[in-house]
Amino acid sequence: MAWLSKSLNSSLGKKLLMAITGLFLVSFLIVHCGLNATIFLNDGGVTFNEGAEFMAKNPIIRTMEIVLFGGLLLHILDGLRLWMDNKKKRPVAYAVIDGAANSKWYSRSMGLLGTLLLLFLIIHLKHFWYFSRLTDNLTEEHTLYNEMQVVFQSPIVVAIYVLGCISLGYHLLHGFQSAFQSLGWNHPKYTPAIKSIGAAYAIIIAALFAAMPIAFHFNLIH
Amino acid sequence: MEGNLNLTLKIWRQKNAQTAGKFETYQVSGISEDMSFLEMIDVLNNRLIEEGDDPVAFDHDCREGICGMCSMYINGRPHGPNKGVTTCQLHMRSFSNGQTITIEPWRAEAFPVIKDLVVNRSAFDRIISAGGFISVNTGNAQDANSLPIPKDDADEAFAAAACIGCGACVAACKNASAMLFTSAKISQLALLPQGQAERSKRAEAMVAQMDEEGFGACSNTGACEAECPKGISIENIARMNREYFSSVFTSK
Repeated sequence: MAWLSKSLNSSLGKKLLMAITGLFLVSFLIVHCGLNATIFLNDGGVTFNEGAEFMAKNPIIRTMEIVLFGGLLLHILDGLRLWMDNKKKRPVAYAVIDGAANSKWYSRSMGLLGTLLLLFLIIHLKHFWYFSRLTDNLTEEHTLYNEMQVVFQSPIVVAIYVLGCISLGYHLLHGFQSAFQSLGWNHPKYTPAIKSIGAAYAIIIAALFAAMPIAFHFNLIH
Repeated sequence: MEGNLNLTLKIWRQKNAQTAGKFETYQVSGISEDMSFLEMIDVLNNRLIEEGDDPVAFDHDCREGICGMCSMYINGRPHGPNKGVTTCQLHMRSFSNGQTITIEPWRAEAFPVIKDLVVNRSAFDRIISAGGFISVNTGNAQDANSLPIPKDDADEAFAAAACIGCGACVAACKNASAMLFTSAKISQLALLPQGQAERSKRAEAMVAQMDEEGFGACSNTGACEAECPKGISIENIARMNREYFSSVFTSK
């Protein structure tokens, strides 16, 4: 297996790992966003709570949760490794850089966006994952939906969540299509579609997620 | 060739790889807008020589955009502000009177500065030596019709082969990555029947050498493609990824 670890530690291998874990996280976000969007059904969170309970009890989902944390950790560690390796490759910095002339700012800032996302994620996990999985506070009377109502009363929390969603949107805007390029999937037939789908995905996911704390805070859903 | 451009130049001066460099500021006046960028530096150097100073060292050879020697990072961009040209094909009409122009060498761990604006790009040669070749028997060339090549493949191989190895991709990349260069050199051979004999080993060998030389990884920003004077496409980088992993997972 030396051949495998050698190639996964090459510059191309690190990117392959980044792409595979990234696309895995992309697939998770569809499920997460889809389920949470049921709060907009205005049924007082009945559908949402049913979904949340199913997710909490289904053994396949529970197993996938472990895989998800594994994938997330790999994505973070590989990203950190790439960032540390890459910054060594230009020991003397340029005095003048006109980055905007040749690339998008968010494509050059994936490490920064990822770090912001990680900070947001720690807060987010504390709010909901820790609350629902590791404490006994979740009851028939106080559901996950009720907890969202409580948490999003704070304007500061809402602001943090919206900023988190903006970081997520830009991270996905570059990450989605970049993953396909790293997998070698660049073809005149598919690449335009990958880019459009990636942009639509990034905007829809970020906008839907950002709408949730805003909707709770301003009592726009019932 | 008198003109009316008066410019302030901030040029990176560095004695050799061992000493630290710094910017020096020079004023040049009467520059014609029909001059190339290198001719403008020539004017400055003539004056520096007359004044008994050390002229600015820079790489150049053909001065017609095909040799890949010139390598200046001008106002934050490799080969300056124009698309699809090398520094030697950049003309002073792209600048305005009174402008300050900052000129730096390519900056990369793998491209150590030799002097001033001259960097050592022999890392590229070692990547080529690692696998960027084909084996051909000596003697007469065989009949061209015995090797039918689809026109599209030939065009794509030729587009990749347009790479002049100047290193603008490395200079433009935030990670000083040589992916565009290496992928172009892999692609031009992978697309043609002559390149098939060494194909399964080529990408692995060249990527290993690229990593060893100290080039960074790819962030897919596309800066290399945007700055490449020959318009080499990052489709080649995707092809390199395919070539590399199909070799990694299937070679014996």
